[in-house]
Amino acid sequence: MMPERKLSNLILLAVLAVVIVFVPALLISVGVLDAYTAQILTIAGINAMMAISVNVICGLTGQLSLGQAGFMAIGAYVCIWLAQTVGVPLPFAIFVSGIVAAFSGFLIGFPTLKLSGDYLAIVTLGFGEILRVIFVNFKSFTGGANGKRFTTILAARADYAWIVIIGSLVLVVVFLQNFFRSTYGRAILSVREDEIAARSNGINAFKYKMAGFVIAAFIAGIAGGLYAPFIGFIKPDLASFNRSIEYLIYSVLGGLGSVTGSILAAYILTYLQEFLRFLQDYRLLFYPVILILVMLFRPQGMLGTREVSFVGIWNRLKTLRREANEQKN
Amino acid sequence: MLLPRYTRQPLIPDPGFVLYIDARRLVLLTIFIQQLVNGLSLGSIYALIALGYTMVYGIVKLINFAHGEILMVGAYTAYYVLRTVGASPLGLALAFAAAMIVCGITGITIERFAYRPLRSSPRLNSLITAIAMSLILQNGVRVLPFAGPNPRQFPTMDTIMVPFGAVSVSNIQIIVITVSIVLMLILNYIINWTKTGKAMRAVSFDMQAASLMGISVNRIIAFTFALGSVLAAAGGILYATAYPQIEPTMGAMPGLKAFVAAVLGGIGSVPGAMLGGYILGVAETMTKGFLSSQFADAISFSILILILLVKPTGIMGQKTRVKV
Amino acid sequence: MKRITLSILAVAAAVCVVLAFGACSGSESDTIKIGGLYPLSGPVAVYGVEAKNGVELAIEEINTAGGIDGKMVSLIAEDDEGNPEKTVNAYKKLTAKDGVKMIIGSLTSGCTQAITSLAQAQKVVVVAPAATMASITDAGDYIFRVCFIDPFQGTVGAKFSAENLGKKRAAVLYDVGNDYSVGLYENFKIAFEAAGGTMVAEESYNTGDKDFNAQLTKIKNADPDVVYLPDYYSTVALIARQLRAQGITVPIVGADGWGGITENAGDEVLNGFYSDHYAADSTDAKVIEFVSKYKTKYSATPTAFAALGYDAMYVIKDAIVAAGTTDIAKVRDAINATSGSYVTGNLTFDAKRNPTKSAVMLEIVKKDGALTPVYKATVNP
Repeated sequence: MMPERKLSNLILLAVLAVVIVFVPALLISVGVLDAYTAQILTIAGINAMMAISVNVICGLTGQLSLGQAGFMAIGAYVCIWLAQTVGVPLPFAIFVSGIVAAFSGFLIGFPTLKLSGDYLAIVTLGFGEILRVIFVNFKSFTGGANGKRFTTILAARADYAWIVIIGSLVLVVVFLQNFFRSTYGRAILSVREDEIAARSNGINAFKYKMAGFVIAAFIAGIAGGLYAPFIGFIKPDLASFNRSIEYLIYSVLGGLGSVTGSILAAYILTYLQEFLRFLQDYRLLFYPVILILVMLFRPQGMLGTREVSFVGIWNRLKTLRREANEQKN
Repeated sequence: MLLPRYTRQPLIPDPGFVLYIDARRLVLLTIFIQQLVNGLSLGSIYALIALGYTMVYGIVKLINFAHGEILMVGAYTAYYVLRTVGASPLGLALAFAAAMIVCGITGITIERFAYRPLRSSPRLNSLITAIAMSLILQNGVRVLPFAGPNPRQFPTMDTIMVPFGAVSVSNIQIIVITVSIVLMLILNYIINWTKTGKAMRAVSFDMQAASLMGISVNRIIAFTFALGSVLAAAGGILYATAYPQIEPTMGAMPGLKAFVAAVLGGIGSVPGAMLGGYILGVAETMTKGFLSSQFADAISFSILILILLVKPTGIMGQKTRVKV
Repeated sequence: MKRITLSILAVAAAVCVVLAFGACSGSESDTIKIGGLYPLSGPVAVYGVEAKNGVELAIEEINTAGGIDGKMVSLIAEDDEGNPEKTVNAYKKLTAKDGVKMIIGSLTSGCTQAITSLAQAQKVVVVAPAATMASITDAGDYIFRVCFIDPFQGTVGAKFSAENLGKKRAAVLYDVGNDYSVGLYENFKIAFEAAGGTMVAEESYNTGDKDFNAQLTKIKNADPDVVYLPDYYSTVALIARQLRAQGITVPIVGADGWGGITENAGDEVLNGFYSDHYAADSTDAKVIEFVSKYKTKYSATPTAFAALGYDAMYVIKDAIVAAGTTDIAKVRDAINATSGSYVTGNLTFDAKRNPTKSAVMLEIVKKDGALTPVYKATVNP
């Protein structure tokens, strides 16, 4: 159930957004949150963005794409190239790298979105690996297997990094929430539900699948463009199948179809990875086992297709307070 | 300084219509045939694995991502058997038997506990489960204390080069090709001339109608998985014999390439898988030999994409109609 | 009422968990904490574990001898899985949470590259045991390494092939997806051609490839008299097998990544040579002592990675003793002034904080029916 478009709801969400973006940054710059925690939380933010990208294409558009990490890598390399070689200011470079990734999504989507289900999965997987091979071989552009170093202020100042990354995450979430409640978004959702029924209703399934694919690629490109300056070092295996699977796991765990679910899952799993350091190699068994258990017993993940509604939580708290007041009287 | 045309005489009179082979062309031809043999040997292994993929897909419409890992399990089982018994022909036969049994059981277990509950769920779920299963197998073998992540040398017999004219073939390549062909013939017999094979074909055609005919669908599916796993085990041992090094991730790439081969030949079609395997093996070797070794992987995947765009049902597949 | 309390408690718990991460662990000033970053899981875990073993052996010896100025040394080792992103995470944990100011790590050049700029900016001393990529120490004066660099190793291989073995036509088969392999190949080529040789074939493959017959056929047809194989032992074992099967009998030369090959290959690697940081069968007293102590503790012969980890720890220890304090700037200066004899040779640092030391060339021979690497020559810079 969608909350009503009241001004008070909008103000609530705006305040929440500002708090999430700026307060922790303040805490980091003051030193209450140390660099390690900040690092984990920020990296989880990037993982969340990638999980959202996977979610847009797999959960919301219903097409299984196993190559989102490839778009992330495109975004990362383009961002570095623009900022280092061409000399474009960083925010602009990040945005353009998203555009470039979206464009490559358009190119890749054209021939492949005609395929269905399993074939699409394999083809996107193949694209990811082809991209990786290309990145390894084009040394002049990508630095080859050595990787490319790219130290920026984002790597050094954790609070700037927080503002930029979490800020972008919030913007992406806002954009998606609005998009998927518009007619375009609903058309995409209908294609997911039943493609043939949607087509018989006059919806050009290919066009909307492509829209979903391009948006997912854009988000992945932005995530890559943020990843490169933040970590400061990227290697071609950023485009590999293993990374795509990692983001797919986050997305599935959170619930395919739930944007906030992906964020939640990304944060929980990124934390778990650090917590479970003592497991060492057994950690590698941990993820797939959880994935299978989820698939067998709760395939809709944590939130299914529902979203965390802040307005709903606020309303619930208000009702609780009212009840408490009534009880007192 | 250019001589006027009428003074230039050819040293050898131009034979005109006859194609003559000079020394350089002979060398090129030899290299070509050599690479062809390499490709056939590699292709046999791909074909064996592709058969498992295609049979499972034909029956339950699931891409079993874990198939490549079953190859790895087979290779590891054979490793331990050969280490105990020694790399003699008897030891090898024992290793084959042991690996086939272990892999067959693994395949049936995976099907029973991970895939069967999801048979009626959307395809996405089964696919994700398959991916997770492959990761579990890979990392499971990795953390086993007696296995470990380090590569191990696979005990194998000495390589003897057998000359066939100007081309030399190694005894290992001969073994790989012959064993693969024998296994494929046996598979062909099972599918086309036994009752179980008939049941398999029936189930892959229409699962519900088959069950109405009194065929135990669960049992046939389990049998298919077992059969595919047995072939993968053999493929794994042959792969380890040809490239004698085993490690937990050894099955991922061959598995993926074999899947490409299965799609190339037409997924769901048994002869298609064999054909696809050979074509891919030869194409890959030729690319590495004559084009560029760096892009060999990329080209294999590009073949996949091309086939899916031009003829999605593969070389020997049949077009399925989707009814509303 | 209960609902409100519960929800407030939940929020409070969440905040507490977050802040718990932020709480600094109290630093005791009577232990010297050394941070360690190694790939303890992942594709190169075997090397990471060895390096860590070497460091731990050194620390054990130091502590048994009374520590450094009475303070005990403790190692806080983190696993970076061979993934540069995780290296950054682990680095931040070590510096922010555990408060270490001296780090031995990481193992691969890629992972070490990921943290050098950060360490330089935060004034943390990094001593890399085995990262050979040349640009690593460019990040600044807090970054050191105790191994020779790729340009040197490639040059060593070339000089050995040209001068000691007297070869003139070299073929190379390298891994285009591995920075280590590419770096070695490029430097080998430069040095070999400078020594008057010619490169007759330069073939490549991708990481994880198993079949090299196509490239080897091309190499065979180019008729080289030495083949350079700069990669890790597992791949080289496979290549060597196919190479010998094709009838290429010329010597094969490699680099320190070949460490461990004798346990993973058969007779095909005979007539093989590789450059390494040290020779386990050397008659140097320090080496003999190190090898026997390592064997007692870990029941295995130490490889170069273990020796380098051991040396890295001792370099730090000697620097702290020389500086007389754990003040980081002074320790850094003391490391820079290091001049001593360690397991992997005499160590002095040049202007770029790379050690000037010689490399040993090992030959693979068959002794008592088993393959062993034996010392063949020393090549000086």
